[in-house]
Amino acid sequence: MGKKTILAIFEDPDDILHGTKQLMSKGIKIREIYAPFPIHGIDKALGVKPTRISTVAFFYGVLGLTIALLMMWYMNVKDWSMNIGGKPSFSLSQNLPAFIPVAFEITVLITAHLMSYTFLIRSRLFPGFKAMNPVLRATDDKFVMEIVLDDNKVAVDDLKAMVIEAKAREINDSELKYKD
Amino acid sequence: MNVESPIREPLILGNKTYHQITEDICKPIEGRANKLWYLVFTIAAICALWGIGLIAYTFGTGIGVWGLNKTVGWAWDITNFVWWVGIGHAGTLISAILLLFRQKWRMAINRSAEAMTIFAVICAALFPAIHVGRVWVVYWFFPIPNQLGSLWVNFNSPLLWDLFAISTYFSVSLVFWYIGLIPDFATVRDRQIKPLAKKIYSVLSFGWSGNVKAWQRFEEVALVLAGLSTPLVLSVHTIVSMDFATSIVPGWHTTIFPPYFVAGAIFSGFAMVATLLIIMRKVLNLEEYITINHLESMNKVIVVTGSIVGVAYITELVIAWYSGVQYEHYAFLNRATGPYAWAYWIMMSCNVISPQLFWSRKVRRSLIATFMLSIVVNIGMWFERFVIIVTSTHRDFLPSSWTMFYPTFVDLGIYIGTIGIFFTLFLLFSRVFPVIAIAETKSILKISGDGWKKKTENMYEKIGEADHHH
Repeated sequence: MGKKTILAIFEDPDDILHGTKQLMSKGIKIREIYAPFPIHGIDKALGVKPTRISTVAFFYGVLGLTIALLMMWYMNVKDWSMNIGGKPSFSLSQNLPAFIPVAFEITVLITAHLMSYTFLIRSRLFPGFKAMNPVLRATDDKFVMEIVLDDNKVAVDDLKAMVIEAKAREINDSELKYKD
Repeated sequence: MNVESPIREPLILGNKTYHQITEDICKPIEGRANKLWYLVFTIAAICALWGIGLIAYTFGTGIGVWGLNKTVGWAWDITNFVWWVGIGHAGTLISAILLLFRQKWRMAINRSAEAMTIFAVICAALFPAIHVGRVWVVYWFFPIPNQLGSLWVNFNSPLLWDLFAISTYFSVSLVFWYIGLIPDFATVRDRQIKPLAKKIYSVLSFGWSGNVKAWQRFEEVALVLAGLSTPLVLSVHTIVSMDFATSIVPGWHTTIFPPYFVAGAIFSGFAMVATLLIIMRKVLNLEEYITINHLESMNKVIVVTGSIVGVAYITELVIAWYSGVQYEHYAFLNRATGPYAWAYWIMMSCNVISPQLFWSRKVRRSLIATFMLSIVVNIGMWFERFVIIVTSTHRDFLPSSWTMFYPTFVDLGIYIGTIGIFFTLFLLFSRVFPVIAIAETKSILKISGDGWKKKTENMYEKIGEADHHH
């Protein structure tokens, strides 16, 4: 069983941004907003916390750098130290200048990949997953606000009036498609 | 609302709506390909197959089928490698560096430029792989324990750095490109009526819905990837240049190489982007999105990087003279006056003189001039690499070893083959993938769209008139 929801459809990114602020200030709880492109400031207006993915990326970078240096140290210094052109590999610190390019590349490689996969996993993106946008044109030119009736202690008609006042062009009654 | 100065030229022409943008960009991948597309695709595919056949011939018979000899051990193959990697650089520059600089004109061209990067790096990576000769042990490049004992790869060697640079560059570019494609695939998915097409784009779009949290993360990920790709792209050609610069061969042993190679890479890459986009905007009816203004911006990058390359050529000559080393003297004298002087002067005129025409606004904004000059630059940059690689080695320290390099039909054929592979992939891309970033383009419509700019201009005029009456 899905939950009863209202889909308020906007036609302009600035309208939905202002509309969100207006409805939020009246204490209306908005479950989700679907947009065809990022609207700046809507996450803040909706009270969505800032993403921590760049902090995570930093730690992936530290991990990448550590793996790179350990690998090169083990292979070229510890396990099989070679003397090439009178330049023996005796310690990591002495060899460090020659190790910097590969250390940099591996750091970037690991950070970029792990951060991207974290993004995909956290945002539930995977080949074959079903999309959740309740209106198909939310990926084209419509900006859709999803309000669950149970979240709000307001009568349906009052809620609809408030949404229209917030400049929504169209309202659809719908059932929530995904489990929360 | 974000408002941009009316003096700035619009980046999206025509009175577009969001829906119209979706229509315009999805149209080429939803309709049927025309005869011209099939014709060009057939030619490209034949070239690609010819190249692949000759690679197979090289494997079967050995590297001896190329024009290499014991004096010139690197020639046509590595020239092609450096040329292709260089071309790839423009895509990353556009998508990463211009993103960090908040250049909105990147949005119409970043998708196809990144595609170009990926296909160019595929062509590039082919050459080091096949020039090792025994391609069946090519995995010896990688740091894995081998059967001879625990002898590892040498991390002090720039050739190994290059392996890591190219692999990282390729895979990170691919991820960056694909993440940007996910929301656009969702746009295409939600328009499809035929079940098969819907299924395909549904899988490609990873179930993207465009909710707030996903967009928030998407933007942050794009920014961090751009921040990572910027030093990455600069490191790649720096390391490519170190393949030469860390040797003792006169003409290669040059500390100016890293910045000089990077500038040259961006120079040739932008030229290739211009060549491709001038054709693409016409064939796919995208002239309102990829405008003369976009091409002019690219031409400005070409004139700047071309001038850096010119300064680098002259610096090299002066430093060779100033070094007082007779081998250096001869290396550069031989380049300009020796048996390969024709290649040197092609390089000089194509790379140093011809791009200077772009100082003229008229030339910068002319489609025909841009198209012709972009091809001239690509020819010039191929010769630059040929000159650096071949003229330095064919006459070095030991005159008894002096010789000439002549390409065989296999050298030529594999090169033509990679051009075929490149265009085959690019033509397929233009039929399946949205060639312009749909979501990003929409995000600037209200700021840089022609219709919206006119509206805000009118608004200002009205405010101005009202003030006047007071």
